[in-house]
Amino acid sequence: MNIIVCVKQVPATNEVKMNKETNTIIREGVEAVINPFDAYAIEEALRIKDKTGGKVTVMSMGIPSVAALLKETIALGVDEAVLLSDRAFAGSDTLATSYALSMGIRKINSYDLVICGKQAIDGDTAQVGPSLAEKLGIPHTTYVRKIEEISEGFIRCQRLTDDGYEVVEMPLPAVITVVKEINEPRLPSIKGMMRAKKAVVSIWSADDIGADKNLCGLKGSPTQVVKTFVPLHEVQSEMIEGKPEEQASKLVEKLVSMQFMTCK
Amino acid sequence: MEYFLTEEQKMIKELAARIADEKISPIALQYDEEGKFPHDIVKILADSDLCGVYIPEEYGGLGGGILEMALVVEELSRACGGISLAFAGTGLGTFPIILFGNEEQKQKYLPDIASGKKLAAFGLTEANAGSDAAGIQTTAVLDGDEYVLNGTKQWITNGGEADVYTVIACTNRAKGARGFSAFIVEKGTPGFSFGKKENKMGIRASCTRELVFDNCRIPKQNLLAREGMGFIVAMKTLDRTRPGVAAQALGIAQGAFDAALKYSRQRVQFGQAISSFQAVQHMLADMAIQIEASRALVYQTCRHIDSGAKDISKESAMAKVMASDTAMKVTTDAVQILGGYGYMKEYPVEKMMRDAKITQIYEGTNQIQRNVIALELIKEVSGKK
Repeated sequence: MNIIVCVKQVPATNEVKMNKETNTIIREGVEAVINPFDAYAIEEALRIKDKTGGKVTVMSMGIPSVAALLKETIALGVDEAVLLSDRAFAGSDTLATSYALSMGIRKINSYDLVICGKQAIDGDTAQVGPSLAEKLGIPHTTYVRKIEEISEGFIRCQRLTDDGYEVVEMPLPAVITVVKEINEPRLPSIKGMMRAKKAVVSIWSADDIGADKNLCGLKGSPTQVVKTFVPLHEVQSEMIEGKPEEQASKLVEKLVSMQFMTCK
Repeated sequence: MEYFLTEEQKMIKELAARIADEKISPIALQYDEEGKFPHDIVKILADSDLCGVYIPEEYGGLGGGILEMALVVEELSRACGGISLAFAGTGLGTFPIILFGNEEQKQKYLPDIASGKKLAAFGLTEANAGSDAAGIQTTAVLDGDEYVLNGTKQWITNGGEADVYTVIACTNRAKGARGFSAFIVEKGTPGFSFGKKENKMGIRASCTRELVFDNCRIPKQNLLAREGMGFIVAMKTLDRTRPGVAAQALGIAQGAFDAALKYSRQRVQFGQAISSFQAVQHMLADMAIQIEASRALVYQTCRHIDSGAKDISKESAMAKVMASDTAMKVTTDAVQILGGYGYMKEYPVEKMMRDAKITQIYEGTNQIQRNVIALELIKEVSGKK
């Protein structure tokens, strides 16, 4: 089974800082890592490969230095890494990104499954996976927490929801996005690290994947970021005084008056 | 500090460090309390290819030597000196096969040990044969195509958990130490069972048990080297694995130092971090000096052995004594720096102090090591070498 995993380079911090003038993320001086959710995607692909054989290809779109991160995935057991890198891709929103990735995937041509992390920890949009499936014209399922069965042309997986999970069946090829509950990513092996050291990451330009430059980068990105800000979390609290019994009855009164509960 | 490690050695050290920090540190206290054998960590080490770092490439290993083994032991021991023994004890049980096994024996046993599928153990010590290893009572008698083993080995690291055991037994009582032979015994062989599981002060995540041989019949092909070579097999093995104990001690010391340094910067007394007090600073400085000096000697000894040097007993003993005495001192001081908290199980240093003690005792007490060192020194000047 041939699997393609789409990964993104993100800053290694939860406290992403913004450039207020350009409304973009400040990436300078922040260590870059592979998006943590994508690590689960890689692990799931490797587990499927361990069972069924085949090939795992990791693909990313980004600046040339992302190649070094992709090499690290080879140490985990990934067979091939492809980086889409071209000035034409600069400034891509999720639409332009999924277009570029879809063109890269079309170039690879032979694949059964595409796996993405549920979202990137910097942008948090969760749009690229589903958008990619649309561009490729294949079905998708998001928030996959378990693959129950996967075989030639068929996948059945559990999709995490607020109340539990749904069981979804799809024909392959398809796209799934995965949540962290799905697995525990492995550590690299020494032999893998040695293979990674020698590995060459293929770098494909917009021309290499036959992309229409009008659909790439800033040109292909209808998204306009109007304003970014850190939301203020203000919590108003009120202390209820008195003996425990008094406190309890005051609390009940309040909850009833706020219609959080009813008293019969 | 630049330790002049090769690219591959750096990779091995870094990966072992990641496993220590991410996988071992979070569970070390629990495994210590429960005396739980770390099968899950062994699996991680196996998947990382680390189980075979010291095993030749032709038998599925990475082709490294004692230094590679020591680097792994050191890093794992930083997180837990007991869990690291699943790996180090296997090294001790495997080196007799690497050093003295014939082609058939190597082909049969080394690949599974290199892949982490099987663990190994070494059986020398008995109730009445500790420092005086020549006092062993376990016997092996050739009967047709089989040797029949009888006797009990004591305090065997990985006992019961390992699949492959290299065991020293007496084949000719009249010849004393020259009447010993070394054998490979597989777990599951009829007549081979496991006795008492020890309840230990430290290294509690390591399994220490008796090996009981009751008319245990093994094929004569399981004899290592020749009859009468057993004592030499044991001594040559221990010369090569003592730096492993030294590395274990070094890792424990480093772990304790790291914890003490971190704590000293957080703990505030008299309105300031205790790291600002000279009394604490000097303790930290002394700990760091001793650790770096030990590391220099341990790594250099490993390189000396890996270079193919013939005389290694003295250096190997020196590294073991230096690092283990350092571990005892540093862990004790770490507990002191953490004060009352250091004495409590909520902090990791009391465990490190308990774990450190064994490194002064096993694989030859530090007193025996000093005997070895002095004897070699005197031999050298008296021209007997």
